[in-house]
Amino acid sequence: MTTPSILSNAGPGGRVTEPSGPGSGGVRRTGRRPRPGRRRALAIFLTPSLLLFLLLVLAPIVVASYASLYKWNGFGLPENFIGLDNYTRAFADPVFRGDLWHGLVLIVLSLVVQLPVAMGLAMLLNQPLRGRAIYRVIFFAPYVLSEVTTAVLFNLVFSPNRGFGDAISRFLGADAGAVFADPDTVLYAVFLVVSWKYFGLYMILFLAARQNIPKELNEAAVTDGASAWQAFRLVTLPLLGPTIRISVFLSVIGTIQLFDMVWVLTGGGPIHASETMAVTMFQYGFRRFEVGYASAISIIMFLLSLVFALIYQRIVLRRDTEGALTVQGDQR
Amino acid sequence: MTAHLSRRSLLGLVGAGAGAYLLSGCSDDASDDPDAPQTINWWHIQNTEPMLPVWAAVAQEYQGAHSNVKIEIQPLENEAFKAKLTTATQAGSPPDLFQSWGGGVLKQQVDAGLVKDLTETVAPWKDTLLPLSLEPYTVDGKIYGVPFDIGMVGFWYNKDLFAKAQIAAPPATWAELLDVVRKLKAAGITPVALAGKDKWPAHFYWAYLSMRIGGLGALQQAAKDKNFETPDFVAAGERFKELIDLQPFQKGFLGAEYGSPDGQAATMGNGGAALELMGQWAPSVQASSSTSKKGLGDKLGFFPFPAVDGGKGSATEVFGGGNGFAVGKDAPPATMDFLKTLLSVDVQRRSTKTGAVLPTVKEATDAIADPNAKVVAETLAAATGFQLYLDQAYPPAVGQQVNDSVAALVAGSKSPAQILKDITQVAKTQ
Repeated sequence: MTTPSILSNAGPGGRVTEPSGPGSGGVRRTGRRPRPGRRRALAIFLTPSLLLFLLLVLAPIVVASYASLYKWNGFGLPENFIGLDNYTRAFADPVFRGDLWHGLVLIVLSLVVQLPVAMGLAMLLNQPLRGRAIYRVIFFAPYVLSEVTTAVLFNLVFSPNRGFGDAISRFLGADAGAVFADPDTVLYAVFLVVSWKYFGLYMILFLAARQNIPKELNEAAVTDGASAWQAFRLVTLPLLGPTIRISVFLSVIGTIQLFDMVWVLTGGGPIHASETMAVTMFQYGFRRFEVGYASAISIIMFLLSLVFALIYQRIVLRRDTEGALTVQGDQR
Repeated sequence: MTAHLSRRSLLGLVGAGAGAYLLSGCSDDASDDPDAPQTINWWHIQNTEPMLPVWAAVAQEYQGAHSNVKIEIQPLENEAFKAKLTTATQAGSPPDLFQSWGGGVLKQQVDAGLVKDLTETVAPWKDTLLPLSLEPYTVDGKIYGVPFDIGMVGFWYNKDLFAKAQIAAPPATWAELLDVVRKLKAAGITPVALAGKDKWPAHFYWAYLSMRIGGLGALQQAAKDKNFETPDFVAAGERFKELIDLQPFQKGFLGAEYGSPDGQAATMGNGGAALELMGQWAPSVQASSSTSKKGLGDKLGFFPFPAVDGGKGSATEVFGGGNGFAVGKDAPPATMDFLKTLLSVDVQRRSTKTGAVLPTVKEATDAIADPNAKVVAETLAAATGFQLYLDQAYPPAVGQQVNDSVAALVAGSKSPAQILKDITQVAKTQ
């Protein structure tokens, strides 16, 4: 999986010459080593995105890692070099340790509750069901809302004294209005809102993957005497593998960076009980003007995401990416 | 041809970037000549009715009278303003004229050389202002900002609910206040509305109690010594704990915001609680966030924060703040003249008449119409001392820690002594 081979697959050169003869040596050579004209074309198409990438992704990372080594309030240039003190401070701070714990809880809950529910619904909506198109739209609808809209909506519904959801729950003998105000329940309440918004996305992903599985495979399994559960577990589930693995990936990365929803729903409170790393970073960067410390938190977030992404790609997604390349190879 | 194109698009990109940077708030009028053509970039946070049109009209009139001056107004929502100003000041290019609350944030801007020293500019007309009002904007004896609005925090109460609980007069001491809370509870009334999610409303209690017990000097001394672990502050936390232990707040208060449809102001405005400790803007926010959009009207009363028995502070010392403007380091000369216009008696009267501003210009106080606002203005005029909100007065990190720690006290997760340790620890890092 080297970069040039990807370029040759995606680049305009490969496409144009493709019909001339699949697998011919000439195509490969032009693919690997573009002629000067092609090189110029590549430069033209790549420069803007590379430039933006440098400017908006790499440069901030470099600046933030530099700033994270200083005690800096954001004014003027950072001068007070303190080495890794910001990092040791973060890992000693109960609030930041709480953030890590909350992130872990949210990730585990997503994996054991949110994804299975989405999968179950996808399987259900794959059955011939009256009005299933309507159900699909309804379940997918929350994903279309922005995080802020969702959070405001839930704030209103579960408003302790006036909310509709609060009134219903009181009618049923519960007290849903207090869930966002109680440090013991707030994190789970936030998780429910996050799930409500995102399960539709995973449901659609699973549904699309399910529909890509040829009918014949399940039919053959059933003909061979497999029960519905066996057919699901031994045929459908393995074939959904790539989608499941990418969903887990998206879910984990999304949770590490969770901000908008928490910020609007609870602001991280009460008493930091629902705070995430991104919320803490914002508090320090924009409220307390401790930009150095906030940078350190952002770098920790970045490293966590990066390490997770690399390991996950290397170990879990390897089969999938290899598979994808093999398919492309076959087509050539 | 293609290469040329790419080079041009590249240049375009750079140009767009530079343009955006310039737009983000600096006008490079290097000339000191007040008559040269110049543009004033003005960021304010009166982004809604009723003040938004007032500022727009004042700027329009000023431009009409000074053809060489162009005023570019950027009205911003409070939180958006703070975030945007942070980015602009960190880039070293503050706007020419911008919202300031004074205190610790202004001091940081002064230390970074981002704002102009206005001492000489305001010297000729500074006696028209309430003397207390300039205090938050004075750093090391020099004036770096001018307030157009000033007020104070005090208790706003629902007269009907007080009558229902047979409370004859507003409490004058902390012990009496606790009695009032007990009576209200006994009558089945939620005594106090509090926005726990926003944190800053709770810090008013702790700060006022500290002022009453330790005296005005104690708060300033603690910030200077970077030590809050003194008996007076412990006592303040314990007095506040007495109130918290009575469980006086509305249901779900830890998750409540100040201005949302079920928040602190709405709870008061809808008659859902009897008391709140809040600044001069309380009546207008109660009205706008209440279901009727009218609030409590003449059923609303005001009394100053009560005295604490044996405390060193006097009940005539006030805690509060207001809104003002600071001037960016690269501001063109006309900015100072425009600032003077904003603080003229005429503009102050017009601002005051909207009900959203309590004037800092003494002569404009006759424009105050609301009886409660008059009480606030009179208490303020007779005040013997003034303390700016702690989350503004202290360096931002310390101020936010005070809010955070007091929130933990209210939620019952930390003791009065523990929070002082936390605040002191942050103060020492500054």
